[in-house]
Amino acid sequence: MSSSLGNIIKKEVKELLTPSTLIPIIIFAVIFGSLGNVFGGATEGLSEPPKIAIINDGTGGISQFVEMDMTARSEVLYNGTDLDQAIQVVSDQGGTAVFVITSEFDQNITENKSGVIQIYWILEGSGLLDGLTTEAAAGMLSQVSYDLSKAIIDSHYTDNSTVILEPINATQTTIYKGTEMPGVTPGMILAVMSSQSFIVPLIVVMVVIYAGSMVVTSMGNEKENKTLETLLTLPVRRTYIVFGKLAGAAIVGLLLAAIYMVGLGYYMSSLISGATLDLSQYGISLDLLDYILIGISLFLALLSALALCMILGIFTKNYKAAQTMTLPVTMLALIPMFVLMFSDFSTLPLVAQVLVFAIPFSQPIIAINSLMFGEFAIVLVGIAYQTAFAVGAMFVAVYLFKKDILLTGRVKSVEGKGKRSSRRFSLNLGWRKKKV
Amino acid sequence: MAAIEVTNLTKKYGPLEALKGITFSVEEGEVFGLIGPNGAGKTTALRVLSTLLEVTSGKVTIYGYDLVKQPEKVREIISYLPEDAGSYKNMKGIEYLRFIAAFFHADRKDQMLERGVKIANLGERLEDRIDTYSKGMQRRLLVARALMIQPKLAILDELTSGLDVINAQTIRRTVKESAKQGTTVLLSSHNMLEVELMCDRIALIDDGRIVASGTPQGLKAQYHAANIEDVFVEVVR
Repeated sequence: MSSSLGNIIKKEVKELLTPSTLIPIIIFAVIFGSLGNVFGGATEGLSEPPKIAIINDGTGGISQFVEMDMTARSEVLYNGTDLDQAIQVVSDQGGTAVFVITSEFDQNITENKSGVIQIYWILEGSGLLDGLTTEAAAGMLSQVSYDLSKAIIDSHYTDNSTVILEPINATQTTIYKGTEMPGVTPGMILAVMSSQSFIVPLIVVMVVIYAGSMVVTSMGNEKENKTLETLLTLPVRRTYIVFGKLAGAAIVGLLLAAIYMVGLGYYMSSLISGATLDLSQYGISLDLLDYILIGISLFLALLSALALCMILGIFTKNYKAAQTMTLPVTMLALIPMFVLMFSDFSTLPLVAQVLVFAIPFSQPIIAINSLMFGEFAIVLVGIAYQTAFAVGAMFVAVYLFKKDILLTGRVKSVEGKGKRSSRRFSLNLGWRKKKV
Repeated sequence: MAAIEVTNLTKKYGPLEALKGITFSVEEGEVFGLIGPNGAGKTTALRVLSTLLEVTSGKVTIYGYDLVKQPEKVREIISYLPEDAGSYKNMKGIEYLRFIAAFFHADRKDQMLERGVKIANLGERLEDRIDTYSKGMQRRLLVARALMIQPKLAILDELTSGLDVINAQTIRRTVKESAKQGTTVLLSSHNMLEVELMCDRIALIDDGRIVASGTPQGLKAQYHAANIEDVFVEVVR
C-alpha cells in the first residue's frame, strides 16, 4: 500500500507542477533579479568618485588647494573656464555637477568670510536612484570643506586642528542582551539583525503561501473536476490520500518558493548594504546544531501550514473558491513577520508574546534570534508546540476526510438542492399527466 | 452469499432524511437497477454503498464485509462510477488508466491495463491528454477505469447520462459483458428504457423509500403497465 502513497504524490506533483504555475514564478524571479541588478549597480555608484567639472576662477593658493582636493576626490570630466562647455561635457558623459570656484573665493577666505562655490547640478531623472550620484558629489564637497577648515586652522591658529574640528572622541560599547561589544554602535547591530529579521520571515511567508495554496488548489481541482469521489473509493487509506496531497504540495510549493527566493534574495542583497559587522567575534553566531533546529522549526511551520490549508481545502467547492481560501493562513504568516520585523520577541508585551507564540509560523523567526544568543529553551518549547499543532491539524484533516462534509459541504445547501430537484422533476417530466 | 445486503438503511444530511430505511439485496452476478426521479435518493444510496458517505443507521454488507466496520475491505472489491465523474485533465488517457491500476496488486497491473485499453477502445487517442477528449470519449475512459479492475461489484450512477445513442449503446454493451464475466452491477438511472434493457431486477425509489422491486417483466405484469415508467407512476400514485 505504500506504493499507493507514492502514486498519489507523483500524481499531485504532475498535476500541480504545470507551466501555468511555473512560468509566472520564473518571470517574477527574473524581474526581481533584474531589479536587484539595477539597484545594485546604482548603489555601487555611491562608492565611486563623482563625475564632475571644475571651473576655477580663483586667483590665489586657497582656490588652488580646493581645486586640487576636488580633483583628488572626483573624476574630473572637464577643467577649464567655459561654463556652457562644462555643462555640455558633464551632461554628455553622465556626470553630476559643475563646480565653479568664484574669483572672490581667496579674498573672502582671507577676510574671514565664506568663500563661494557655485554648483550647477545636472539631474537627468527624478527617481530615488537619480539622487544618489548628487549625494556623492555633495559628500565630496563636504570633505573638501573639512580639509580646507583643517588647513586654515593649522596655518593660523594651532598645529592640532583635529581638537577644534572634533573636540569629542566617543568610544562606544554596546551591551546587547548581556553581550558586551566594544567599538560597536546600536545602529551597526540593528543593521545586521534587521537583515536577518527580514529574510527569515519572508522565507516563512513564501513557503506558507506557495505550499499552502498548492494544497488548497489541489482540493479545489479534485472537487471541480469531480475526481475526488473516484479517488476516495479506490483501495487506499484516507490517511495516504491526505499525506500524498500534503507531500505533493510541499514538494511543488518548496520548489516554487525556492525559485521565488532566488530572485528575491538577489534583489534584497542589493538593497541591504552596510551590514558588514561580524557578530561571530562576540560569540553571537549560529552553529550546526542551531541550523538544524531552525530547519526543524521551518519544516514544522510548513507542515502546520499544509495541514491548515488541507482543512480549508476540505471546505472549498472549486478551483476559484480555493484561490481565496489561503488568505487566512497567509494572514497568520504575515502577523509574526511584521510584528517581529519591527520588534524583538523578548521586548513584546506579554499578551502580544502569547499571541505571536501561538502562531506556529512565528517559531522559525523567534528561533533564529534566540539561537544566536544560545537561548535554547524557548526554541525547544516552540518546536514542541509546533509538533503538537501540526500533528493535531493533520489529525483533524484526516478525520474530516472520512466525514460526509468532504463531499456534501454545508447541510443547508444539500437540503435546498434536493428539494428543488425533486420539484423540478415532477413538474418537467409529467409522468402523472400521461396517466391522467 | 448475497453480493449486497441492505437492511433498513437511513441516511440523514442534518435535518434532511435522504434515505428513509431502505432494504434490498443483490445476488452475485446480477445487474440490479435503482430507479427514480432526481432527488429520490438513488445517488445517496450509491454513495453510501461506495463508502463515500457515512451510514446514519441500518446495516449494509458487501460480499460479507460490514460497510461501517470494514470500509477498506469493501473498497478493495468495488468500483464506483459517479454520474458526473471527471478525470485528471493533465494526464493522457493511458496515464490515467495506469494511475488507477497502480492502486491494485502489482501482479495484476498489466492485465488490468490491457483490459482498460480494450474497454476504452480509444485507439491512439489514449496517448492524448484527456482535456482533448469529447464527452463520450471521457465517459468511455471512465467506464474502462471502473471495469478494468474486474471488481466484484460495480456501482454505476447514471451510466449513460448525457451521451449520444451510439456511445450509450457501446457503454451498455461493455457493462453487460462485464456482468457476464462475473461482476455484480448496481446501477442507478432515471432512463427507464436503459433499466429495462440492462437490469435483471430493479427497485423503484421515491422520496428516500423503495416503493417496489422485482424483475422488469414481473413489475410490468403486476401493475398491468406497458413499461417501467408507467409502473413507477402507478406505484407512487
